[in-house]
Amino acid sequence: MALWYLTRGTGAAALVLLTLSLTLGVVNVQRYASRLVPRFAVDGWHRTTSLLVCVLLAVHVGTTVLDGYAPIRLVDAFVPFGGTYRPVWLGLGALALDLLIALIVTSLLRARLGLRAWRAVHWLAYACWPVALVHGLGTGSDVRPGWLTWLSLGCTAVVIVAVGVRLADRGTAIRVRAGAAATVAAGVIALAIWLPSGPLAGGWAAKAGTPPSILGAKAATTARSHR
Amino acid sequence: MTRRPTAPPGEELVLDPIACTGHGLCAELLPERIVLDDWGYPMIDPQVPASLREHALRAVKACPALALALRQARAG
Repeated sequence: MALWYLTRGTGAAALVLLTLSLTLGVVNVQRYASRLVPRFAVDGWHRTTSLLVCVLLAVHVGTTVLDGYAPIRLVDAFVPFGGTYRPVWLGLGALALDLLIALIVTSLLRARLGLRAWRAVHWLAYACWPVALVHGLGTGSDVRPGWLTWLSLGCTAVVIVAVGVRLADRGTAIRVRAGAAATVAAGVIALAIWLPSGPLAGGWAAKAGTPPSILGAKAATTARSHR
Repeated sequence: MTRRPTAPPGEELVLDPIACTGHGLCAELLPERIVLDDWGYPMIDPQVPASLREHALRAVKACPALALALRQARAG
């Protein structure tokens, strides 16, 4: 069970760092600088936190696969929606991981790829974050209004502010900014509807597609501990 | 077989002024060779001695616009 807790811990930490990385990316592209925080520092932190997310996710995936509790194979961490354990919500995690790998690899090869190709791929960062968030909310096995929910909502607030700052930049075409703002608004509304009716409502573990074998075992252990 | 020169030839910084968007990270990382003009664009002293090579490379890698390069100095 220790590995399962490590999985959850690294997942939560990865979400926080991914949020930080996205925010630093926005701060970077908005060219914020001050006496205490020069440009190269923001740029360096953005790169470092992104790489740190990869390290955390390596542990996140490794412990998930090694832990025998849930039937999750290594393939399921990379190929979305093919697993037997909460296929949709675990699949979103695999999708987020694939997106992140694409972001990291293209960034490491940026000088060879050229700026246009790198930049085109780097827009995926804005897709990677919400996918990772929903994976966390849908897979985190006990997302009743607990610390994980509040942490996720806190990260969401930070990202909304960061994206808002990015969208306020007049350097981007107004059509693109309006479209992005509408997408963000739609996402927030969808989250506000899905979260209370889905993960925060009763019986989510079964609805999310947890194999009956685990559900039965869990019910048995809780019954025993309550005796 | 080519004969190797006894002293390693110096390297020089090359700026692509069209690609440069004036982020200014290079001037922060290599103030010994790069200063910004009034509009935030770099003015470069291209000579990079061995002692500054590491800092120059860092400035090249940090450029968000990939506008800065370090290459072998031309002979003469």
